Amino acid sequence: MSPAAPAAAAPADERLLRTSPLRRLLGRPELGAVVGAVAVFVFFAFAADSFLRASSLSTVLYAASTIGIMAVPVALLMIGGEFDLSAGVLVTTSALVSSMFSYQMTANVWVGVGVSLLVTLAVGAFNGFMLTRTRLPSFIITLGTYLMLIGMNLGFTKLISETVSTKTVADMEGFPEAKAVFASTLTLGGISFKITILWWLLLIAVASWILLRTRAGNWIFAVGGNEAAARAVGVPVRATKIGLYMGVALAAWISGQHLLFSYDVVQSGEGVGNELIYIIAAVIGGCLITGGYGSAVGSAVGALIFGMTSKGIVFAEWESDWFKFFLGAMLLLATLLNHWVRKRAEATT
Amino acid sequence: MTTATEPTAGPAPLVELEQVSKYYGNVRALEGVSLQARAGEITCVLGDNGAGKSTLIKIISGLHGHDAGSFRIDGEETRLAGPRAALDRGIATVHQDLAVVPLMPVWRNFFLGSEPTRGRGPLRRMDVEFMRRTAHAELLRMGIDLRDVDQPIGTLSGGERQCVAIARAVYFGARVLILDEPTAALGVKQSGVVLKYVAAARDAGLAVVFITHNPHHAYLVGDRFVLLKRGTMAGLHTRDAITLDELTRQMVGGDELDDLRHQLERPEPDVPRGAAAADEERRRP
Repeated sequence: MSPAAPAAAAPADERLLRTSPLRRLLGRPELGAVVGAVAVFVFFAFAADSFLRASSLSTVLYAASTIGIMAVPVALLMIGGEFDLSAGVLVTTSALVSSMFSYQMTANVWVGVGVSLLVTLAVGAFNGFMLTRTRLPSFIITLGTYLMLIGMNLGFTKLISETVSTKTVADMEGFPEAKAVFASTLTLGGISFKITILWWLLLIAVASWILLRTRAGNWIFAVGGNEAAARAVGVPVRATKIGLYMGVALAAWISGQHLLFSYDVVQSGEGVGNELIYIIAAVIGGCLITGGYGSAVGSAVGALIFGMTSKGIVFAEWESDWFKFFLGAMLLLATLLNHWVRKRAEATT
Repeated sequence: MTTATEPTAGPAPLVELEQVSKYYGNVRALEGVSLQARAGEITCVLGDNGAGKSTLIKIISGLHGHDAGSFRIDGEETRLAGPRAALDRGIATVHQDLAVVPLMPVWRNFFLGSEPTRGRGPLRRMDVEFMRRTAHAELLRMGIDLRDVDQPIGTLSGGERQCVAIARAVYFGARVLILDEPTAALGVKQSGVVLKYVAAARDAGLAVVFITHNPHHAYLVGDRFVLLKRGTMAGLHTRDAITLDELTRQMVGGDELDDLRHQLERPEPDVPRGAAAADEERRRP
């Protein structure tokens, strides 16, 4: 089997019209989102005078990053063909565990951070394990986890702290270092920005690397695109799916620690509803709701649209109630656009 | 029933089933089926829907264990743990649904589950250049000149996808190739293309097990024919011992076919009865 000089061996093929760069671009999953992001940007640049200021953009990026950190693994999970409805409240769980463990044990906050990582990953593994064991739809499994986590978040917090929020950990050992890692503000060229933006960029890079260049990435596309086929050629389907859920858990841990160390206290009822925003960001970013198609960068663009819309409305001094309307409209438009683009791209191959 | 005795000459069978049975609860899916697959030969398994073809494939490809009888690979009694174990023993199955992921590019599909990597640690990555080059070259070797290995495999025709799946199995060193109804959903021309690759795989020295319900396709390439009917063996023939007509008759169940012909016979038309009768008269000697 010699793959010697195949490029030279392949004769010029009359069927192969040179793929134009435009067509290649049309084939990218995130194209619809990029078009939408540019549109939203231009819109708010005109609608809100303060939108283009560096400080405003930094605020927008911060809002985008808090969603984006979660949207990246949720997008991977969606490419792998599954949902996680528990992702939003898992962030709160992660923060609560970290905070209450450190406080109750009067330990260094890093101990709480470590315990929180283990607990959060365990919840992710539980989701994946239940899914692959029972083969029930992930919608049901994670809906169950979602409700259980909401109950546990409130129940345990009330039981331990006797209120619905945790006690402050700001005066505890290790707090300044943990805040520096998870919730600090950096200054670059006179512009200050939150460290979550770095976490977000890191996650996008790692997720893109995994998806596009590693075997695991090939398996993620395969289990989402055709699970039976993947199994038949020897792809470890169970491990891939459990790994994806644990990836969501890892990001939930990062988000949760950010939540804790930027506010010192955690409200136990938070996080409900965010799971849908993560999914919306992934879908706007070109992830196919049925799995097998999408990208990490797309989810980032989706999160950016979210950040621009939520803050742009504030800068334009409109009622913030309109935000949800915008989000819904964006979702519909982006999905229609993605659908149309993919049809075109496939029809012209 | 003309159950010919299996000739013992020639190369030893790579895969051999002897009196294999499989039951799903109280359902007899397969009983007493024997089959030999030899290198460089095509063994056709023929049967109508529900004859037990799928069960037979599932046993050979490691998806199901057999309940009775003997299953030997290289003459050695075996029980496969799963599809992966079958692959490791050199048994590759091209399923009817092809085991391809339609939205993924051809090159990713070609190597799915066995991706070559380079680098180590966190830098361990798929050797994308090698994968794309090899997928293109291997398909070219099978005579498929692909426009673009980046195109989603779902955009290829049914016949082309079959060929990609066969090329993949050959590349990964399969010694035994099981093809599950590769021509079932294809037109005449596409079927011909696929049969050509089946023959190419045989010429490359593989033992091919070709499952089909089309005796015409089977007879074009087959060396021996195993007939299944309602989960049992209805016949075993070598190519030189049977004609296509006889094979077709046996497969459909000769008597049943006569029955069917009888039932479907048009009633004599009423109006030109006289003319028909006159016709009949004239034809009589």
